[in-house]
Amino acid sequence: MNNKLIVSLSPHAHGSDSVERNMYGVIIALLPALLVSLFYFGIGSAIVCLTSVASCVLLEWAINKFVLGRKTCTICDGSAALTGLLLGMNLPSNLPIWIIVIGAVFAIGVAKMTFGGLGNNIFNPALVGRCVLLVAFPAQMTSWPMPGHFWQYTDAVTGATPLSVMKQAIQTGDASVLNSLPDAFSMLLGDYSLGGGAGTIGEICGLALLIGFVFMLWRGIITWHTPVSIIVTVFVISAIMHVVNPVYADPTTVILSGGLLLGAIFMATDYVTSPMTHKGQLIYGVCIGVLTIVIRNWGSYPEGMSFAILIMNAFTPLINNYVKPKRFGEEVKK
Amino acid sequence: MKIRTFRIGGIHPEENKLTHEVATQVAPLPKQAIFPLSQHIGAPAKPVVQKGDKVKVGTLIAEAGGFVSAPIYSSVSGTVLKVDTAIDATGYRKPAIYITVEGDEWEESIDRSEQLELVKDHPELTSEEIIERIKVAGVTGMGGAGFPTFIKLSPPPTAKAECVIINAVECEPYITADYRLMMEKSDEILVGLELLMKAAKVTRGYIGIETNKPKAIELLTGKCRDVFDGSDYCVEVVPLKQRYPQGGEKQLVDAVIRRQVPAPPAIPVSVGAIVQNVGTTYAVYEAVMKHKPLFERYTTVTGKLLSKPGNFLVRMGTPMQEMIDLCGGMPEGENKLLAGGPMMGKALTSTEVPVCKGTNSVTILSGSDAKRKEAQPCIRCAKCVSACPMGLEPYLLAKLSSFKDWERAEQEDIVSCIECGSCQFTCPAHRPLLDNIRMGKSTVMGIIKSRAK
Repeated sequence: MNNKLIVSLSPHAHGSDSVERNMYGVIIALLPALLVSLFYFGIGSAIVCLTSVASCVLLEWAINKFVLGRKTCTICDGSAALTGLLLGMNLPSNLPIWIIVIGAVFAIGVAKMTFGGLGNNIFNPALVGRCVLLVAFPAQMTSWPMPGHFWQYTDAVTGATPLSVMKQAIQTGDASVLNSLPDAFSMLLGDYSLGGGAGTIGEICGLALLIGFVFMLWRGIITWHTPVSIIVTVFVISAIMHVVNPVYADPTTVILSGGLLLGAIFMATDYVTSPMTHKGQLIYGVCIGVLTIVIRNWGSYPEGMSFAILIMNAFTPLINNYVKPKRFGEEVKK
Repeated sequence: MKIRTFRIGGIHPEENKLTHEVATQVAPLPKQAIFPLSQHIGAPAKPVVQKGDKVKVGTLIAEAGGFVSAPIYSSVSGTVLKVDTAIDATGYRKPAIYITVEGDEWEESIDRSEQLELVKDHPELTSEEIIERIKVAGVTGMGGAGFPTFIKLSPPPTAKAECVIINAVECEPYITADYRLMMEKSDEILVGLELLMKAAKVTRGYIGIETNKPKAIELLTGKCRDVFDGSDYCVEVVPLKQRYPQGGEKQLVDAVIRRQVPAPPAIPVSVGAIVQNVGTTYAVYEAVMKHKPLFERYTTVTGKLLSKPGNFLVRMGTPMQEMIDLCGGMPEGENKLLAGGPMMGKALTSTEVPVCKGTNSVTILSGSDAKRKEAQPCIRCAKCVSACPMGLEPYLLAKLSSFKDWERAEQEDIVSCIECGSCQFTCPAHRPLLDNIRMGKSTVMGIIKSRAK
């Protein structure tokens, strides 16, 4: 009997889930949207996403090693690559490389590592990166390349996004402007050949994002609560507005336009910055939906998703503090 | 009909029921038997034998040490070697009685026949008489926790029992002892259930079995019809959807009768349910009908690398090493030896720890199964919150415990934790959630107790 016995407290079994499995799972879920964007935006999409992923991973490695002096390497957990990919997919495909790097510095350097790295950040790093760029470089961040110019990068032909068309309709009070929007079906497929508009790399094809959503639900990476509550809220409010005043676009178009699906499915569900309880996630989702509508229709930017999510990130600790899961036995016994 | 289960949280660990169809063997007698005096919840038993005393199988060797306590009987015949200490499942040396085995001579009061005794043939068995016999025989909960059975059957005056629920869930991975017992001793278990219902003065009984044991569900459903149809009792076999920790008392009550036991100090009988494990039910039958004290039990000895894992009828006090040798010996390399299953079992520090009243399994995890992975930072994925069957927030309780914020931990209901380990099982970051929560829970319980004084 020279065998060594290992002793630890129960449980002695583990479900073999891991941080890596979840992070890479989200990356896999983003692949359909990425592939569609390669098809529509071509080389620019590839350059932007690769630059973003590479600079985020490199920055996390460098900050960990040289600034924080940590011995463990955290880039393999996939979270930096995921931030990079999400940042890239939230950018227009003609953005110059140096601007992307600045975005990565703010995403990883400021929003994530300053707070202590994975799990400690208050705000979604990719969105911080995007919003800093949106405020700092409004011209470059809102010149959208038209789909279908495969080999063009920064010199791509630019055009209007469905969101800017919708904003124009509200500002001019002329509902006929909305007639230039592509129909819902082509927006779902990302088929802008009918001459609709452009957008960021990730938001071009609603169907691809929904495939990613189903994949993440199936793998148990996220639950339905946050995305569904956002989408339903936006749908209901914009339907009422559309009925009251047709200057506001119809609800299906609102949901399929801009970064709404990308944000609802991939950004608002970020583990670290979203609430811990299902009830809390529903509240969080509804608030994001309301804020998005408000910013889109009455704010100065045509897109409100990113800001809405960042604002609600700040409320997440508060939601966690007050919204508790239903305790076992809490209900009154009969 | 929708298959029932409990309503909050839960996980589905890999089953690994390696010994499902391995018929129970009678384990050979040990050379020496060791009886720790603390085999149950409550005060340790007090020894009533001394060095050199001769004992038989079924001789009282230690009497109950208080109200919440239980007597211990010898499982072997022989001579008391010493009253000393022995390492038990907690890892500490605790008082224990050592008996050197000589032959196999039983107390004459024990009825060793296989004859099935029926309740209707024993009019002398009143509720009080049944409870008394259970108490005298030292029967305690045999699913792991080891709470003295007679106390559960005499609820406090504020509560009224309405039904008896037999816990035949066996939701822990690997363990099959209860399943084998149901397949091999179903008639006795039903008589045991009738005794329990009579003792608790109720007429409703349920047997909760997970659907991964279809043969047991079929067998017991059929037998229940034969035995209880036309009688005063109404007994239902309830198939339950496989989910851990369904064998937890509170979860089982919720699953079977749709009532949730409130937070401590409430107990299942507060909502009218008395829960007993199937092993306990069988022990009740033997104690009441055969005058046989609790000194042997069904135990699974299992592990992926064991050459012959099996189910055994084993005398208590048998060192685990002898059980492992019966199954082909300890595998090479690093192993983890568990008393119980992988979810709630205790890792042992020695293979000489004896089989006790609550030892439903001897499980050996080998290689990578035996080791924990390194913890990563919490990514706040909320999977622990979804998994918690008590509706708690494990990530928060673990954090509060490590910050020693006992006041807040108490507000967040840390004492409701049943230590099932579902949170740690699901944690993608491999965080030692339950380690921290357990520490916090015991500290907070201590604070609450001292406040009451």
